[in-house]
Amino acid sequence: MIRPRRVFDALVLLGLLWLAWRVLDWAVLQAVFAPDLVACRALDHAGACWGVVAAKWRPMLFGHFPFEDQWRPALAALLLVGCTFGAAGAIAWRTHTASRSRALAGLALAGFAVSVALLRGGWAGLAPVPPEQWGGLPLTLLLAIGAWCLAWPVGIGLAYGRRAPSAMLSVPCTAVIEIVRGAPLVIWLFAAAFALPAALPTAWTPGLLPRVLLVLGVFAGAYLAEILRGGLQTVPAEQTEAARVLGLGWWGIQRRIVLPQAVRATLPPMVSHAIGLLKDTSLVMVIGLHELSGALGLAIGGDADWRPFYVEAYLFVAALYFALCVTLARLGRRLEHRLCPPTV
Amino acid sequence: MRHRFTALPALLLALIAQLLMSGAAHAGKTLDAIKQRGQVRCGVSNGVAGFSAADAKGHWSGLDVDVCRAVAAAVLGQPDKVAFVPLTSQQRFAALQSGQVDVLARNTSWTLTRDASLGLHFTAVTYYDGQGFLLPAKLKVTNARQLKGAQVCTQSGTTNEKNLADFSRTHRLGIKPVVFDTYEAAFKAYFAGRCQAFTTDVSALSGIRNKEAPKPEDHVILPDLISKEPLGPLVRRGDDAWFAIVRWTVFALQEAEELGITKANAAERRKGDDPAVQRLLGTGEDSGKLLGLEKDWAFRAIQAVGHYGEVFERNVGSQSVLKLPRGLNRLWNQGGLMYAPPVR
Repeated sequence: MIRPRRVFDALVLLGLLWLAWRVLDWAVLQAVFAPDLVACRALDHAGACWGVVAAKWRPMLFGHFPFEDQWRPALAALLLVGCTFGAAGAIAWRTHTASRSRALAGLALAGFAVSVALLRGGWAGLAPVPPEQWGGLPLTLLLAIGAWCLAWPVGIGLAYGRRAPSAMLSVPCTAVIEIVRGAPLVIWLFAAAFALPAALPTAWTPGLLPRVLLVLGVFAGAYLAEILRGGLQTVPAEQTEAARVLGLGWWGIQRRIVLPQAVRATLPPMVSHAIGLLKDTSLVMVIGLHELSGALGLAIGGDADWRPFYVEAYLFVAALYFALCVTLARLGRRLEHRLCPPTV
Repeated sequence: MRHRFTALPALLLALIAQLLMSGAAHAGKTLDAIKQRGQVRCGVSNGVAGFSAADAKGHWSGLDVDVCRAVAAAVLGQPDKVAFVPLTSQQRFAALQSGQVDVLARNTSWTLTRDASLGLHFTAVTYYDGQGFLLPAKLKVTNARQLKGAQVCTQSGTTNEKNLADFSRTHRLGIKPVVFDTYEAAFKAYFAGRCQAFTTDVSALSGIRNKEAPKPEDHVILPDLISKEPLGPLVRRGDDAWFAIVRWTVFALQEAEELGITKANAAERRKGDDPAVQRLLGTGEDSGKLLGLEKDWAFRAIQAVGHYGEVFERNVGSQSVLKLPRGLNRLWNQGGLMYAPPVR
């Protein structure tokens, strides 16, 4: 006797197989991989035209960075990925000592500084390139990592400020958190890009990129502060008292006892927030900075030849984002295992 | 060009920025800043074929781009001293108001609202565009009034759709609009025979005819236009000196065409004794000092990009993929609207 459940399962499986076959057929079997416009047009979208990626990968990855010098953003992107992910990975996969992780963090910061110097140029015979012309993948990474590093001090400060017993501290910190979270990021970006330079005298106004970084950092910091505050509340007050009895000062208590436990308790939402931040960088498109998704629009928007194949180009960029986000998630999981041994 | 104010926040911030700016108007400040920077910042599109688009190597070309190059040549002596800032249609005005760009050449239509309420000035018209019709050559239609009861494909939510309805009502034609939510869907439906005609701005129509049609010669663009879209470069209000420089650079290119001064023969023509030519090319009376520029400002601009007719033909006319007819953009003495006041 055939059970209806079996029949249903078989049907679902068949449906999935059919779908997988269709995708495979479109993406691989019928696809054109060479940057051959004639062949792509002949396909008439029956198969994917990956030629658009082959033809346009440089403007897609590096935006309007001067063409001859595009090894610089390429190297910068590799450095940014390598140093930050490498440092975090080393911490996550190895038994580490405090001194070693400090060295790793220093290495990551050095990598960040070198990539900025590479993009900026103006030394050792490299032509200077203004930040307005940076774009694509290195800009996405720069914004995400820079904002994340800035978000930590901002977040910790706001979290402690909001928990402070004196209203002098807690009221402004609460206000900052609520105001920053209370408006969409796009509004803040617009304010940074267009309202700030109008309000300040030209001499005081930093460039567009630092302004955007500042806004992204504070925005991320406000969210981080709330995540951290949740973590701080999980640390029992008795521990603070015990530590004080043992003669630790306030700074020592926070640094050695409270903060590590708060961070450990909130690792999953923090990783989730970092992934969100990485993708939020695509919003800077609206103020004329062309990171990964903006560079895609620039690369094929003005080219009527390749424009019909924008779906393939989008899929390529989506795959890049996916790879970055999955790596981040994986790192986060690893960190959890390292830092939070399963309680017995 | 169609415009939809989808970015209300951008507009609001732009207005705030403008209010803050209004106290700080200073003549000649833009020119000083440009000379100090050694670069003109020019706001362009993210890619509109023929007007401003970058190729895979990041090299910009187009009619708007050449206007910016001419301005850079007139002001700084070299056409390549210009930084192109790609902007979306929503951010373009805010970018100009906040000083992110010095001049906005982004196929933007001159309208009362934009001229009177955004704190901006239109300097001159560089392209008279308008909405037109594309239809099969075999229909033997020569005039838009013959479209009685025709089905016309267009994009929904645009001024194109509204202009079509106005035109149909004005002339009691009973045109049946067939609307699609994207451009692509609209012209694909037209090529598939869903409608007798397709309508949008003429500058875009010819791109569609030459790039997307299976056989371009089977389709014609009607000569009549049903809306006025005068496109040209804009500057911020409050700096009359800079306004005059951009405006007269455009006029100089048009005057050069009237006098038959081309990119190739400009150096030769300087040696002649025609007073009008001498004035324009900086060997007669000094018109540059009135603008705060060198004596040969117009000569440099013409040497950089050629006269207006050359700029037109190279980017959107006979030498380009768009193959737009000169039409309204002929000089006034050849049946067009281009009329430069005397450069003297």
